[in-house]
Amino acid sequence: MNKLGLIIKREYLAKVRNKSFVIMTFLSPILMVGMVVLIAYLTKINDSETRVIGILNESPFYSDDFASTEALSFVVLRDLNLSEARDSVINQNFYGLLYLPEGTTAEEVARQAYFYSKEAPNSGITDRLDAIFRDRLRQQKLIELGVTAEEFASIDSGFQLKTETFEGQQNLKGINELKAFIGGGFGYLIMMFIIIYGGFVMRSVIEEKTSRIIEVIISSVKPFQLMMGKIIGTSLAGLTQFAIWIFSATLLLFTVMSFLGLETSAFQSASVLPGGTVSELSSMGSDVSEMQLYANELFQIPWAMLIFFFMIYFVLGYLIYSSIYAAIGAAVDNETDTQQFIFPIILPLMLAIYVGFFSVFGNPHGPIAVGFSLFPLTSPIVMLMRLPGGLGEGGVPIWQLVLSIFFLLITFIGIVWLAAKIYRVGILMYGKKPSYKELFKWLKY
Amino acid sequence: MSSILVADRITKQFGAQFALKDVSLEIPANSIYGLLGPNGAGKTTLIRIINQITYPDSGQIRFAGEPLQPHHIAMIGYLPEERGLYKSMKVGEQALYLAQLKGLSKAEAKKRLLYWFDRLQIGDWWNKKIQELSKGMAQKIQFIVTVLHQPKLLIFDEPFSGFDPINANIIKEEILHLKEQGTSIIFSTHRMESVEEICEYITLLHNAEKILDGKLSDIKKQYKNNIYNVGMAIQQGEEFLKELSERFQIISPSFDPVASELEFQIQLPSGDTRSLLNQLSSKGTIYNFVETIPTANDIFIKTVQSKSVNE
Repeated sequence: MNKLGLIIKREYLAKVRNKSFVIMTFLSPILMVGMVVLIAYLTKINDSETRVIGILNESPFYSDDFASTEALSFVVLRDLNLSEARDSVINQNFYGLLYLPEGTTAEEVARQAYFYSKEAPNSGITDRLDAIFRDRLRQQKLIELGVTAEEFASIDSGFQLKTETFEGQQNLKGINELKAFIGGGFGYLIMMFIIIYGGFVMRSVIEEKTSRIIEVIISSVKPFQLMMGKIIGTSLAGLTQFAIWIFSATLLLFTVMSFLGLETSAFQSASVLPGGTVSELSSMGSDVSEMQLYANELFQIPWAMLIFFFMIYFVLGYLIYSSIYAAIGAAVDNETDTQQFIFPIILPLMLAIYVGFFSVFGNPHGPIAVGFSLFPLTSPIVMLMRLPGGLGEGGVPIWQLVLSIFFLLITFIGIVWLAAKIYRVGILMYGKKPSYKELFKWLKY
Repeated sequence: MSSILVADRITKQFGAQFALKDVSLEIPANSIYGLLGPNGAGKTTLIRIINQITYPDSGQIRFAGEPLQPHHIAMIGYLPEERGLYKSMKVGEQALYLAQLKGLSKAEAKKRLLYWFDRLQIGDWWNKKIQELSKGMAQKIQFIVTVLHQPKLLIFDEPFSGFDPINANIIKEEILHLKEQGTSIIFSTHRMESVEEICEYITLLHNAEKILDGKLSDIKKQYKNNIYNVGMAIQQGEEFLKELSERFQIISPSFDPVASELEFQIQLPSGDTRSLLNQLSSKGTIYNFVETIPTANDIFIKTVQSKSVNE
């Protein structure tokens, strides 16, 4: 077995056998699901309380307008004056008291109406009350203008503009956002992977420095081999973790799909569907036939192309960043010294994510989106957000994709070369807390 | 006499600072070679160049007659000064890994490891982690890992730091045993007295430059100063001292009238001791007569001083 293979194997096993790795791999999906369930449950508890509002109506209007719902119920108080009503509302521990004074028109009453409560009322309730008055007044006015109550009811039917591309393909509302969201998911995945596994690479380098085994090893192999072996071994461990997660997510996906009665055969052909889409879909509407449309639309996304380029951007982006992490690990003696170097690495990643979410979602082919998808330190994330829109006509122009990958390759070679130089010098330096100036000097050794 | 390693005018700079300046040396095959000098003299840099961890700015290294190449790594064993092992990796696994990196097959490495584990009595540690071992035990394993691939050239940088005296002695014996089997050995240290007794050849490095090299016995001969330690039993010690100091230079004399013991150092004009011994033995019983041989440390200090005077 060649030396690089040996190093990769050792790094992989060292990572995978680590107890915290095993625990994290199996525990974090459970934690994630548990967290979502817990949040949903807590929200439900928080909102499940029914609020009761007393109504003291001295006017001839509005007697039919306050209909109780599950969250809010109205109790009409009769034959009381305002102060008595207030006392009784307090005694019965109602949420508040709505007072409608006498008046000649509904409008006049509405203007003088008051809502009393123990504390400042929450906005959900005041909005609801406002809406009741507003609807009632509008209806009143329209009736005065000659519209019947039935006609008024028919006014407010829902409307949604149907859209179609020039090729005659029917579009669904929000599908562009959904596509960008999927691309964003890939980009986010890359970012998380870089931060987590880049950190692992860095810690592994520091460990070799502090345990002083480094010089023993590099008397047998080249520092560059050790660095690459470490990066590859650690990322294979990471991919193992992701494979386990994707497998369990897919399993979960099929379970959920079969519950919702969707055509799962379609999903089988597109085997790698990110776990996030399903929950996204189910929150968008319970209408199954519409969901089927969305599902169809999702299959129109060029998954093969997307996954292919995801792999390219992932591999190059990860190698660039993790070799920087390795160089940082080599330059310092312990983890606390790494902070000053890590921030500049995370910065472009964060920038890519935020720029992606704010500008690519709005206009996938605008100048900012194009610029950031060409700039090599942000392109792995931003380009992947643009790609679900397709390639070529109507999507990302081919030249942009080629240029972006070209820049990425050049940067990859340059950064790995620089990082390897710093790494080579840094691993043999002890007891120094290097500055950027020092690192620059190392490049010339 | 063939040489296992020849360094020819090696120069290495870090920034503006010289780590090695035109250093040439020749390490005879099957010898124990001391690379001596204070901290920062350039010893470790030279060793790292031999191990191809760093590369010289100019100059060439020849290993067994060929210019140094990557495949020579498998023929060199190196115990660095800054040494250690993976703390959370099992002893056996780790030793196998390091041996495989040196090019041994897994089966062969395992066979040899078991031999060495038995020889140094660390049999049942195979599945233990390094962090569970005592420091001495870890050092033994480190030593085994260094010599396991039966290198032609062994390089030890400060080999005895971290060893207790008993283990240091075990390791010293093993090193001598390896030498008998034909291995060439380089010792690098700033504690010159620690390896003086086993080195046949030495090189002294100081401020990146070689200031002295050669066979240790020759160097000592060259630096000896004809001073002898004398101890004798004599009644009239004071008078005899006076008599002697008329003809020779006497250094730090002491006379114990109760035990009638006289001790002093004497400077002779040449290496001829016959007339002095005749005179001494006519006056009393000699119980000690030894030439003071300069230590490597003495030689080092002397050379450095004479260098700085010359400059």
